[in-house]
Amino acid sequence: MPFKIIASQCTSCSACEPLCPNVAISESAGRFVIEPAKCTECIGHFDEPQCVAACPVDGTCVIDTSLPRYQAPS
Amino acid sequence: MNAVVGHGRYVEGSLDKMMRPTAEHRGCGTSVNTGQASCRSRAAHGELPAEIWEKVKKHPCYSEGAHHHYARMHVAVAPACNIQCNYCNRKYDCANESRPGVVSEKLTPEQAVKKVLAVATIIPQTTVLGIAGPGDPLANPEKTFKTFDLVAKAAPDIKLCLSTNGLALPDYVDTIAKSKIEHVTITINTIDPEIGAKIYPWIFFSHRRYVGIDAARILTDRQLQGLEMLSERGILCKVNSVMIPHINDHHLVEVNKAVKSRGAFLHNIMPLISAPEYGTVFGLNGQRGPTAQALKALQDACEGGVNMMRHCRQCRADAVGLVGADRGSEFNIDRVMKMDVKYDPEMRKAYQEKVEAERAAKVAASRAGLAEFAGEMSEITVLVAVATKGSGLINEHFGHAKEFQVYEISTSGAKFVGHRRVDVYCQGGYGEGERLSTIIRSVNDCHAVFVAKIGGCPKSNLISAGIEPVDRYAHEFIEKSAIAWFRSYLEKVKRGEIQHAQRGDADIRCGSLISAG
Repeated sequence: MPFKIIASQCTSCSACEPLCPNVAISESAGRFVIEPAKCTECIGHFDEPQCVAACPVDGTCVIDTSLPRYQAPS
Repeated sequence: MNAVVGHGRYVEGSLDKMMRPTAEHRGCGTSVNTGQASCRSRAAHGELPAEIWEKVKKHPCYSEGAHHHYARMHVAVAPACNIQCNYCNRKYDCANESRPGVVSEKLTPEQAVKKVLAVATIIPQTTVLGIAGPGDPLANPEKTFKTFDLVAKAAPDIKLCLSTNGLALPDYVDTIAKSKIEHVTITINTIDPEIGAKIYPWIFFSHRRYVGIDAARILTDRQLQGLEMLSERGILCKVNSVMIPHINDHHLVEVNKAVKSRGAFLHNIMPLISAPEYGTVFGLNGQRGPTAQALKALQDACEGGVNMMRHCRQCRADAVGLVGADRGSEFNIDRVMKMDVKYDPEMRKAYQEKVEAERAAKVAASRAGLAEFAGEMSEITVLVAVATKGSGLINEHFGHAKEFQVYEISTSGAKFVGHRRVDVYCQGGYGEGERLSTIIRSVNDCHAVFVAKIGGCPKSNLISAGIEPVDRYAHEFIEKSAIAWFRSYLEKVKRGEIQHAQRGDADIRCGSLISAG
């Protein structure tokens, strides 16, 4: 399940964007979005999902439960 | 988070406790009224090595004398932060650097440079560009250093200045030195990780989030290490500390010693901003800021250590203009991008030479005023409030003042000790009664208020509150006038016409100055 950004909570501070190991986060018209197909939940890169750990507003970077979990290639 | 609940009010007796370490730390006479000339941090030319004076004489934050004459500007290119502070609510903006609820315009480095050139041309006394957030400049290294490099090329006569929480500082000390940044401010609220855990809920460091004492320890270590590294490279460092009653208030004397031993040039102890409407953790759990008397007692207790800064206005991350007279609203980015700016360093130099002449006249006047006291000594010390628009003159009407500058006067002279932000009393030609009582509460510790002009109603209210309204020095130099007034005050006391009594405490208004308009 990839992470997504709740737009109404996001302060557009850009802290998450450079931290994403998959370059899945981008800004368009002042809003930050995570591309679900690119998000690996930071599995294999870091112990914690970087966008969640760096986000200043708790509950803004959350798991998108409507999508399946990321499967690391075997 | 719960540790501070229930400690909302500042308890009176704690003030005495705070004063106790004063005597040993002051490093000179224990009396407030003696030995001032040698111990006080006037940051005057004569007390500083020439190369340091060159660096600070036109920096309004690093030199109290400069802040009446020179302007600074901030550009908001750094929105990301790497720590969370309980006095900051990132959902609105950084509460400490930018008035909450007023979201700064976030600029790209290119927009920022255009803005710097526009401001420096229209306000030629602008000498300093600072990057102070709204997040942490070093959590946005690319934007921060690109902006500095572009400004250094386009306007080499502007000093570069950076303000950081210090977490990433040790990694960027060399880049800072290379970028010709001469001034760095580090916010250090504590050197004790247990206290730090009450101020910082988490930090983001080397790819993970740390909480509690671990987080506070990493932050403290990195801040002190960064300060040492900068001092070694001859970069002037100012340390900002937020005074949080019952959490770090008494401890800040220790912080002052620690930063002094690591080479800090200036220590700025600021009152906590914690109005509930700003939505910060401290604001919501009832943690209040200090009163004016408690803040001054702590600043006095730290004298003899690092020079104390007392003229900070806790300005916005996009502030523009003289400290205390924000002109940010004139420079919104849409307007700036349409401007046709012709940057002229020669014009700026000529203007600043005029400013220097004005400043020298002020210093001479203040010395002349002091000379009148020759041989006379008194133990009496009073505070006075001054309405001023800058240039070191009493040149503001009572009803138009957005703040009052507070001076402590003794037979050793007049010393700036702080400012009190107020709501403008006179709106559209009429005074507002409710505001008047708030203004009086904010200068309640003062014996007199100096103004260029004052109406009958506020005049009589001030008198009944026991504060003398003084308008006879309109448009004259502040320090000289204050000393002349103090002379006549002492004579009246001597003749028994009035009885000298200490005044009470005063309120500090939360929040930084918002632009005039």
